[in-house]
Amino acid sequence: MSGARLLRLAALLLGFGFLYGPIVILATMSFNASRLVTVWGGFSTKWYAALLHDEQMLRAAQISLSAAALSALIATLNGLLAALALARFGGFRSRTLFAGSIYAPLVMPEVVLGLGLLLVFVAFGVERGFLTLVLAHASFTMCFATVMIHAALKGCDRTLEEAAMDLGATPVRAFALVTLPLIAPSVVSAYLLAFIISLDDLVIASFTTGPGATTLPMRIYSQVRLGVSPEVNAISTLLLGLVAVALGLSALLTRGRAKGGGAG
Amino acid sequence: MPEGGKRRRLTRGEMLVIAAPYAWIALFFLAPFALIVKISLSHPAQTRPPYEPVFDGAGLAGFFEKLSQLGLDAYRGLAEDTLYLDSYLSSLTIAGGATLICLLIAYPFALAIARAPRRLRPVLIGFAVAPFWTSFLIRVYAWITLLKDEGIINHALMALGVIDAPLPMFATSGAVVVGIVYSYLPFMLLPLYAAIERQDASLREAAADLGATPFQVFLHVTLPLSRRGIVAGALLVFIPSVGEFVIPDLLGGSDTLMIGRTLWNDFFANRDWPAASAAAVALLALLLVPILLYERAQLREGAR
Repeated sequence: MSGARLLRLAALLLGFGFLYGPIVILATMSFNASRLVTVWGGFSTKWYAALLHDEQMLRAAQISLSAAALSALIATLNGLLAALALARFGGFRSRTLFAGSIYAPLVMPEVVLGLGLLLVFVAFGVERGFLTLVLAHASFTMCFATVMIHAALKGCDRTLEEAAMDLGATPVRAFALVTLPLIAPSVVSAYLLAFIISLDDLVIASFTTGPGATTLPMRIYSQVRLGVSPEVNAISTLLLGLVAVALGLSALLTRGRAKGGGAG
Repeated sequence: MPEGGKRRRLTRGEMLVIAAPYAWIALFFLAPFALIVKISLSHPAQTRPPYEPVFDGAGLAGFFEKLSQLGLDAYRGLAEDTLYLDSYLSSLTIAGGATLICLLIAYPFALAIARAPRRLRPVLIGFAVAPFWTSFLIRVYAWITLLKDEGIINHALMALGVIDAPLPMFATSGAVVVGIVYSYLPFMLLPLYAAIERQDASLREAAADLGATPFQVFLHVTLPLSRRGIVAGALLVFIPSVGEFVIPDLLGGSDTLMIGRTLWNDFFANRDWPAASAAAVALLALLLVPILLYERAQLREGAR
């Protein structure tokens, strides 16, 4: 093996080791019977069992999951419409403002977004709680959904839709029957993405939620501030697993599309 | 490009499509900014919400009267209080240092992936980016276990006899830098990989044929050709790092100041909304130049 190849192999190993090492250690520790990270007390699932009896954690998980499911739905629908406008409407008036506002949250500090959203809710006199949490999450995950659906729409062959309209379909019907099935995998991926981002968010949720709707990351955060705990390791591992499944699903869907639309 | 040429009006059908997302961003993106600016100009108060509005309920005459007493207190506080100035400087240093280290780690990694057999590349880059989708909070938390005095790294080093006493790594600015590098590595990796992967291999071969050593080829061909990837990656890491809250809060010490954390404390601990809003405005002003640079780089990329 040549020196350059050896170096590249080393770079790959070090890179992946750096990325996955901490996660693997965390997951391993969740099965450690000992409370100390440096002592292996044998394999145990007792921290997972303890989770099942942690009412506050379960309630937080339930709130996070329902907020993620709802907000991702709104974000995907909004993102689909926004992506349609960006991909199909060309250079309309106020396009710069529209596109800029859609994409800005991608680079905006979360503390600023969270504070701004909170101020809107206060200005409108909306009581902070589950509703404001969903609205806030739907707003800041919308940009991710838009990016994903926009990319799919750009890669879509428009002549098919035009053919459908030539044959007498209305624009809405042509879109729903021709284009939507083609971009469906990306729409589902966009939903999963928005779901994951909402599920993970701590900062925006802390600003915009109320006392009755503490999310899972907020719960984890307050426990972490007290120190490393095996229960947090266990819930973290569960969340990592959930994301791994979602990612795998999303990869399968987009690969299926790449095969199906190979000619395009 | 549709960007050029005259802007046209939207048709009625198009308006129906764009109405919902447009209303949404106006209400939940543009209005928040207007409010942040407005409240940053108001006076803190012991009420609920804890600020005295400046513009509310005032007629046009009242508006001008109020204008003369616009509260720049929050901004004056920003300028006078060294806490803020220190947070800014320290945010810039930490984010800048982390961006540099990120580049040094990501470059060889991206190069190795880009030069791997073609079939393997999508899989490798997929696995390299996958951790980004796992919980940010959890990835930062994982480092506590590693960095603490009684953590895994110190334990291993002491067991190996490298050190006698635990190295103080946790709750330092260094730990914050490590956390940022780890969390934002995919942001650096992706543009670098894209820039290196699309380079024409024949350019490197030509340089080698003309007698360049592999290192010279890298320095004079590969590196300059990946300049855009480096700029994009650096901005993508630097921009979110500057306003970061979770990483300095969990891995940093009480003396690790960063603007995001200062804003958070102003809001949650001190309940000083005008000060938090002023910090937000100042944070955005600070990020304006890097964000515009990034947008420009993206536009140039799109035009290619």
